[in-house]
Amino acid sequence: MWKNLLRCALLLVPSIASGADGKLIATPGVSQIEGAAGGGLVPWAQLAGYASRDEIAVNAFASRGTLDDYSLDVFGAQINLYDRLEFSIAEQEFHVDALDLNIRQRVLGTKFRLYGDIVYSRWPQLSVGMQYKKLDDPLVANLLGADDDSGTDYYIAASKLHLGAIAGLNWLWNVTGRYTEANQIGLLGFGADGEGYEWMFEASTAILFGRHIAVGVEYRQKPDNLGPKEDDWKSAFIAWVPNKYVSLTAGYIDLGEIVGADDQDGLYLSIMGTF
Amino acid sequence: MRLLKTALLMSSITLSACAITSQQSLYDKLGGEAGIDSIVSHLVQNIGQDKQVFHYFAEANVNRFKKHLALHLCDISDGPCHYDGDSMQQIHDGMEINERDFNHLVDLLIDAMYKSDVPHPIQNQLLARLAPLRTNIIYR
Repeated sequence: MWKNLLRCALLLVPSIASGADGKLIATPGVSQIEGAAGGGLVPWAQLAGYASRDEIAVNAFASRGTLDDYSLDVFGAQINLYDRLEFSIAEQEFHVDALDLNIRQRVLGTKFRLYGDIVYSRWPQLSVGMQYKKLDDPLVANLLGADDDSGTDYYIAASKLHLGAIAGLNWLWNVTGRYTEANQIGLLGFGADGEGYEWMFEASTAILFGRHIAVGVEYRQKPDNLGPKEDDWKSAFIAWVPNKYVSLTAGYIDLGEIVGADDQDGLYLSIMGTF
Repeated sequence: MRLLKTALLMSSITLSACAITSQQSLYDKLGGEAGIDSIVSHLVQNIGQDKQVFHYFAEANVNRFKKHLALHLCDISDGPCHYDGDSMQQIHDGMEINERDFNHLVDLLIDAMYKSDVPHPIQNQLLARLAPLRTNIIYR
């Protein structure tokens, strides 16, 4: 499935003659694992793709994270309406090696730009969003003591790109506050006995080396509702944006302990096409 | 005591050397008048060959446009010029430039800076000076 989507995405890319291009290259970011425009882990204030306020951008992505004892495959798409509203869908498949078991989750997202432009406005771009998540099968979530097999995250994000800020290189930062009760981003259900919604802090920063390469780090604070310990997530990534139609991201992810298996780290890869 | 004096003298020399380097204006880094003229020429060439934004400039007097743009870039990069032409708002009134076309023009400017061998960090510093003007240019 993942390979097929990748193949389709690559085939589609050259056939698109003129897409939306109302932004500077690489400034809209890539796709995060729940489908919103962002880094790999964190949703950013930018909307997906290069649409300006007179344009629509459509994007598709496929991502894979390979850990010591688990792997996560995600594929999804976004539509950006006039740089104001983003709708996204992501299908996640989390593989538990020890049980040879797949946990599937669908995430429907929307993001609304409240203010600003990441490059041009005086103050940071500001957006609010929500992500509705539903597990395909609540079995594992129930076994671990989660309350629900579906839930909604709410977030507010601020991003700014400072032109030529660090030794003449462009510097981007994003901070996000997420109100959530999701266990391991929802893959292990939502809430637990006596545990509920909390605000979590997420942040990203990147430096653009030239117009086509971004190197950055991300941090995502996580709740810890269930019996098995849940750690905050961290990543370091490099994104290559050769043109406004495609981007490739590779990263190192450190997801800490996941259901009794500690030190889960590994490689993250993502490809995104924008039309 | 002499050692102290020497040390002080050395450090003041170092400091003034630092001050001189940091005083090099963006205008100098862009290559001065010749550098800016080159950027402007390449930009005008790019616009001339561009289907998307050429129509905004079709009526413009090319020599006048070049002169005023060069003057404006000189002024904004702390060069020895004073731009006294019409304001950005006056110039773009009624042109209804949208975000997409504005950004396309920025892409043409970046390309012109590459063609003029302006290093990437210097390009960004000029873009940073120009970015706040966008609000006076689009949707006028």
